[in-house]
Amino acid sequence: MKTVYLDNNATTMVAPEVLEAMLPYFGELYGNPSSMHSFGGQIARQIQQARQQAADLIGATPGEIIFTSCGTESDNAAIRSALSVNPGKRHIVTSRVEHPAVKALCAQLAREGCRVTELPVDGNGLLDMEQYEKSLTPDTAVVSLMWANNETGVVFPVEEAAALADQRSILFHTDAVQAAGKIPIDMEKNTIHMLSISGHKLHAPKGIGVLYVRRGTRFSPFMIGGHQEKERRGGTENTASIVGLGKACELAAARLKVENSGVRRLRDKLEQELLARVPNCRVNGDHRQRLPNTTNISFEFVEGEGILLMMDEFGICASSGSACTSGSLQPSHVLRAMGIPYTMAHGSIRFSLSVYNTEQEIDFVIEKLPPIIERLRGMSPYWQGSDQVCATQ
Amino acid sequence: MWEYTDKVKEHFLNPRNVGEVENPDGMAEVGSIACGDALKLTFKLDENKRIKEAKFKTFGCASAIASSSALTEIVKGMTLEEAQKVTNQDIASYLGGLPQEKMHCSVLGQQALEKAIENYRGQPVKDSGEKIICECFGVTDREIEKAVRENNLRTVEEVTNYTKAGGGCGNCHEAIEGIIARVLQDAKPAGRPRLSNIQKIRMIEETLEHEIRPSLKHDGGDIELIDVVGNRVLVATRGACATCKAADITLKQFVETKLRELVWPELTVEEVVP
Repeated sequence: MKTVYLDNNATTMVAPEVLEAMLPYFGELYGNPSSMHSFGGQIARQIQQARQQAADLIGATPGEIIFTSCGTESDNAAIRSALSVNPGKRHIVTSRVEHPAVKALCAQLAREGCRVTELPVDGNGLLDMEQYEKSLTPDTAVVSLMWANNETGVVFPVEEAAALADQRSILFHTDAVQAAGKIPIDMEKNTIHMLSISGHKLHAPKGIGVLYVRRGTRFSPFMIGGHQEKERRGGTENTASIVGLGKACELAAARLKVENSGVRRLRDKLEQELLARVPNCRVNGDHRQRLPNTTNISFEFVEGEGILLMMDEFGICASSGSACTSGSLQPSHVLRAMGIPYTMAHGSIRFSLSVYNTEQEIDFVIEKLPPIIERLRGMSPYWQGSDQVCATQ
Repeated sequence: MWEYTDKVKEHFLNPRNVGEVENPDGMAEVGSIACGDALKLTFKLDENKRIKEAKFKTFGCASAIASSSALTEIVKGMTLEEAQKVTNQDIASYLGGLPQEKMHCSVLGQQALEKAIENYRGQPVKDSGEKIICECFGVTDREIEKAVRENNLRTVEEVTNYTKAGGGCGNCHEAIEGIIARVLQDAKPAGRPRLSNIQKIRMIEETLEHEIRPSLKHDGGDIELIDVVGNRVLVATRGACATCKAADITLKQFVETKLRELVWPELTVEEVVP
C-alpha cells in the first residue's frame, strides 16, 4: 500500500539530496572538527558551510547560528538564557497556544518562581496586539511567541511584537519551527533576538536544531561543556546532521516559491473539496494569516481517532487534536484556547503538506475521506442527518 | 499510536449491531460529546425474557466503538440477571484487552448496560445520593467507587484510565484518593480470606486433633478424617461413637459447629462408612 503522507508538521521525509550529503560523515569523514589535524579540520569547513546555508535561509549571519539537538533544546536554551542574563526580572510573556516545548517550560519556570502571562487568542487563533502590549512590564525578562502554530498553521505577527518588546529593551524569542522553510524569514528586517528551528520539520533528519541569537544579544549557555559553537553550546558537533541540515536549508530557500504556490494550491484544493463534499465541517484558524501547507478541519459529531484509523487503512497519514489522540483526556490546548466547541474539537484533523505531495495524492484523500466521515457519523448518536443545523457556522 | 489488539481493530472496522432497536424494551445514553465519548444502547427481550437484540450508537475513539460492539455481542441471549453480572473486565477480555488508558471505554459500555436494565425495570436512573466528584467529566462518587472495587484500582492515575475522573483540571485528585482509601478499608472486613484446599484440610485436621478428638476420647470414641470435597468434610467414627445412637447429633452439633467456628463457616460434616 502506498503511503500518502500529509503529516509534515509532525515530521518530514529526509530529502534524498540531504541524505546523500550526510552519508560520507557516517563513513570516511568521521573526524572531529575540533582536531588540529587536517583530517578533522576539513570537517570544520563543512560545518562552516552548513552554518552559512542555515543563516542564508533566514537572512542571518553565520555567527548568529548555534547548532543544537532539536527545536525543544533551542526553546529551552533561549528562554532560560533570557532569564539568566536578566537576573532582576522574573516575568515571561507567552501565549496559550505555544508548542509544549515552550508551554511546559514556562509552567516549570512558574514553579521556579517566575510570573508567566499566557496571552489568549480569539476564535481564529489570533492575538490581541493591544493586550500584548499591555502585558509588557518593566519586570518582563522575555517574550516567547511562536511564529506559526503547529496545529492550525496560524501565523502570529511576531515581527511587530518583537519591535514592541525591543522598544522596552525586552528580549524576544520566537519558536519558528513550523515557519522556517514555509514562509519567508528575514532577520535583517526585524528585531527578534532569538529564534528556534528544527531540522526534521524541513526535510533534515531528527536530532538537529538551530538557535539563532542576534549579534549583540547577551547569551548564557544551556549546555555547558567544550568550546564548540563559540562556547554557546558544548558537545562534539553532530557533524552528519549539521551537514544535512545545511543542505536542507539550502533546498528550503530554493523551494520557498513552490511552497507558497504549488503546495498552497494543493492545500487549498484539499480544503475546498472536503468542505464542499462533507456537510457540517469547518476550517479552524484564520484563513489568511496561515502557513501555505496546513489545514485543520473539524468534522462535527465524529471523533478524530476513528477518522485517523480509518484513513490509516488507506495509507493516509494525518493527525488529530481530539482527546483520544492528544495523550490526555481533553482535546488539544490550541483548539480549546480558540474556544472551538467540543462537537467540533473532538473531530479535528490536521493535514500538513510538503513539496513532495502530488495532485494524485490529494485527489485520493478527497475521494476516500467523505465516505469515512459518513460511516462514522452513521454510528454516532449525535448525527441526525445532513440537514442538521450546525450550531457553529 | 495505541497498541490495539487485532480483535479491537476488527470490531472497530466491522462493528456489530450498529443502530437503534425499534421499540426497545430498555434504553440508555451515557457519556457526553464534551467528554469525548458517548454511547446509546437499546435492547429488546424475547418471550423468555432473554435479550433478543441489542444495538449501539457510539461517538468516540476506536476502542469506544469496539467496546460497544463487543458489549452487544456479549449480552445477546442473556437474561437480564445474567447481563447484570457483566463487568467492564468482561468487555475488555472479550476484545483481548484494552490499553490501560482506554479502559474507560469498557466502563462506559458496562454503565450503559446497567442503565438500560434499570430503564427496563423502571428504576431510577440516578441515585439521588450520588455526588459529582470530577466536574470536568461529570463522574460521580458511585461510579468511581464501583470502578475501584471491580478493577482493584489503587492510584488516581488508574482511576483516570478507567473512569476519566481526574483527567481534566486535577482539582478532584484528593477526593479520588479519599474514595480509594475508603474502598480499601471497606474491602478488609469482607469475610475471612479465602482458604486454599491444602490450608483448609490442614486446619480441619488440626481442629479435629486438638479440639474434638480429646472430648470424644474421653467418652471412648474417636473420629477420622477421610476426605474433604469442597466444603463437605467426610469423616468416619470409631470406637464408642461408631455404635452410639447419639453419634449423628455429636457430628452435627459438636463437630460441625467447631469446624465452622474455627475453619470455615460453610463446612458441613458427613459420616461415611470407612
